[in-house]
Amino acid sequence: MEHSLLSNAVVYLGAAVLAVPLARRLGLGAVLGYLLAGMAIGPWGLKLITQVETILHFSEFGVVLLLFLIGLELDPARLWSMRRPIFGWGAAQVLGVAAVLFGAALLLGVAWQAALVGALGLSLSSTAIALATLGERNLMGTPAGQAGFAILLFQDIAAIPMIALIPLLGVAAGDSGGDGWLGAARLAGVILGVIVAGRFLVRPALRIIAKTGMREIFTAFALLLVIAISLLMQWVGMSMALGAFMAGVLLADSEYRHALETDLEPFKGLLLGLFFIAVGMSVDFGVFVSRPWLILGLVLGFLLLKLAVLFALAHRFGIARGQRWLFAFLLSQGGEFAFVVFGAAGAARVFTPETGSILVAVVALSMVTTPLLLLLYDKLLEPRYHGQNQRRSFDDIDDNEGHVIIAGFGRFGQIIGRLLHANRVPLTVLDHDPDQIELLRRFGFKVFYGDATRIDLLQAAGAAKARALVLAIDDIEDSLALADALRENFPELPILARARNVTHYYQLMDRGVTIIERETFESALQLGRRALCHLGYGAYRAREATLKFREHNKASVDAVYPFYKDREQYVSMAKRARDELNEMFARDLKRVEKESEQGWD
Amino acid sequence: MPTPRILVLYAHPAPHRSRINRRLAEAARLLDGVLVHDLYETYPDFFIDVAREQALLAQAELVVFLHPIRWYSMPSLMKEWVDSVLAPGWAYGPGSTALRGKGYWLAVTTGSPEDAYRPGERHGRPFEAYLPPFEQTALLCGMHWWPPHILHGANGADDDVIEAHVARFRARLEAFLLTTPNGSANGA
Repeated sequence: MEHSLLSNAVVYLGAAVLAVPLARRLGLGAVLGYLLAGMAIGPWGLKLITQVETILHFSEFGVVLLLFLIGLELDPARLWSMRRPIFGWGAAQVLGVAAVLFGAALLLGVAWQAALVGALGLSLSSTAIALATLGERNLMGTPAGQAGFAILLFQDIAAIPMIALIPLLGVAAGDSGGDGWLGAARLAGVILGVIVAGRFLVRPALRIIAKTGMREIFTAFALLLVIAISLLMQWVGMSMALGAFMAGVLLADSEYRHALETDLEPFKGLLLGLFFIAVGMSVDFGVFVSRPWLILGLVLGFLLLKLAVLFALAHRFGIARGQRWLFAFLLSQGGEFAFVVFGAAGAARVFTPETGSILVAVVALSMVTTPLLLLLYDKLLEPRYHGQNQRRSFDDIDDNEGHVIIAGFGRFGQIIGRLLHANRVPLTVLDHDPDQIELLRRFGFKVFYGDATRIDLLQAAGAAKARALVLAIDDIEDSLALADALRENFPELPILARARNVTHYYQLMDRGVTIIERETFESALQLGRRALCHLGYGAYRAREATLKFREHNKASVDAVYPFYKDREQYVSMAKRARDELNEMFARDLKRVEKESEQGWD
Repeated sequence: MPTPRILVLYAHPAPHRSRINRRLAEAARLLDGVLVHDLYETYPDFFIDVAREQALLAQAELVVFLHPIRWYSMPSLMKEWVDSVLAPGWAYGPGSTALRGKGYWLAVTTGSPEDAYRPGERHGRPFEAYLPPFEQTALLCGMHWWPPHILHGANGADDDVIEAHVARFRARLEAFLLTTPNGSANGA
């Protein structure tokens, strides 16, 4: 087919657009929607798509992007603090589930090699499904979510030795021997290279590209970065997903983190959707039709055993009673790595092609059950635990909880930022000047690059959880655009704004902003006060005079507000305010004279 | 200039309108060994440098509180100064000896004449009845309470009265400066 790429795209997009909203409408969740769409268009449904393998392989890149983005959220220090859950709990989960499945398979009379590979492969869970579900439900910060994430990370690591192990068990001994040392050295070399390049090449490159101000080039570079690192990692025998995760961690403390997140997010979403569609398509209904009871029995048995082990582990990991089922359901399915493991096992002839396709069908069907199990949890289990299953812990874990966002970190925003920083207020700073960012980072600020008027960037910067936003942008148009966007998308977020001049002040008032400071007003007053001192006023008297003037000026600015759009009225009102000020000063002078006559002490 | 032995804490919110306190401050300023510290000039924003104030107190042997009486008490900045500088653990409390043995001299003016400070009159009780908070502050810090230097009826006092009042103030400061340093700080 000549237009196969585009016509396939129409099929995928069409299926997704139809099935996903429908599935969500029915309360089934987006993941199940994609899976059903895949089944519908696949070789066993409408036969619109046939080359499932290619698509599955291509769309695995969605999982890669997902892990890159997750890596971006975790800087090395935080990852290090998670080492116990990752290696302790992860190993416990993989070994526990594999041991039980292995035992069950032996009891059923399966050859030990096939039982071992099958058990190990099935012990893995689907990173894509579990993490997408955690994200969709905003559960990443709960104890169950954290434990699940740590275990998934371990599984990604564990899949590598598993795949390496398979040829040793197979009939056809692979040609893997010989380059073991070489491979290890290559792996170490590439990891070291990525770390060094991440520090000293990628960041300056990001800065240079950001400076060009061309967004699509920045996006292109971000994609290039992730794909290149993933391929490099694959070349040295690591999983692409793990490589991308590592790259993400290396860039986690970079100032471009939010910009990268924002730019890659849509790609991740689409490719992950495609991945789920591909999984749906790959369910081999041929095997299913020929031996339905065997497959259903295997799915059921597999799920029951895995759930039992996970539930028992949840208890050991100290997960709250109300979340244990959630945790078990999240990790219950077989994962995408199982496809790879079984593929390798088939190639090494650890088991027959038929066994292979049965196992793949079991994994694919188990993936379909996860959204259904979660539905069950929502409808039946969660209400029972309601009350003790609090969402609060999510807040505690987020690293920038209760932060204040400063949009615009030039001369004005910096002073505010330093004052708040000195008082230990957590800050998120957004600015679009790469030079500025570089300078401030040297002073230890967390500064992120990006156009603050973009809502998706604000979203990524955590506007939903911020205590306030300081609007310190110097460009009036941008400032007003951001005020508009905030009112629409984050109506609860308090805004504290800098006004360039009185008109800007009024325009901010139009947008419902109530805390506004004119940028030159207070400093001019202070200099005026010092002028009075210099002229012989006592310091305290000068202060009083300044404060009095300040109050009067603010009152007149507010009084003129209703008329500022009507230019003539405005002029006359402003004039009236000036007259009033003159009058007030005359009054003040009179009173002072009168008082000085009366001075007694 | 030698280390000043006398610290005059001068607190007047409107010195440009002052007739008596300002002249007392000026008279003190002319004496060698006296440091006049104008609080309203130094801390117009009421943000007091506590460490600096404590250092000034540490080197003084006699502390003069020079201010008009406002509402039976001190002007607000003087009160703020007392609140922040005379800190527990430094000015008073177990082991606090920073101010021990120093003189505490109150130099104040009242607008009303002395006979307004009587039962049945405008202010209801003798002026001494309003002084215990000052006196007890001195005692709590281990300071010697000097008999206060008071001018009643400042409102309407003529130049001769003011002149005499200023002269007595100066004479007492001079007498203190003639005593041996670090000797008896009791000027009674």
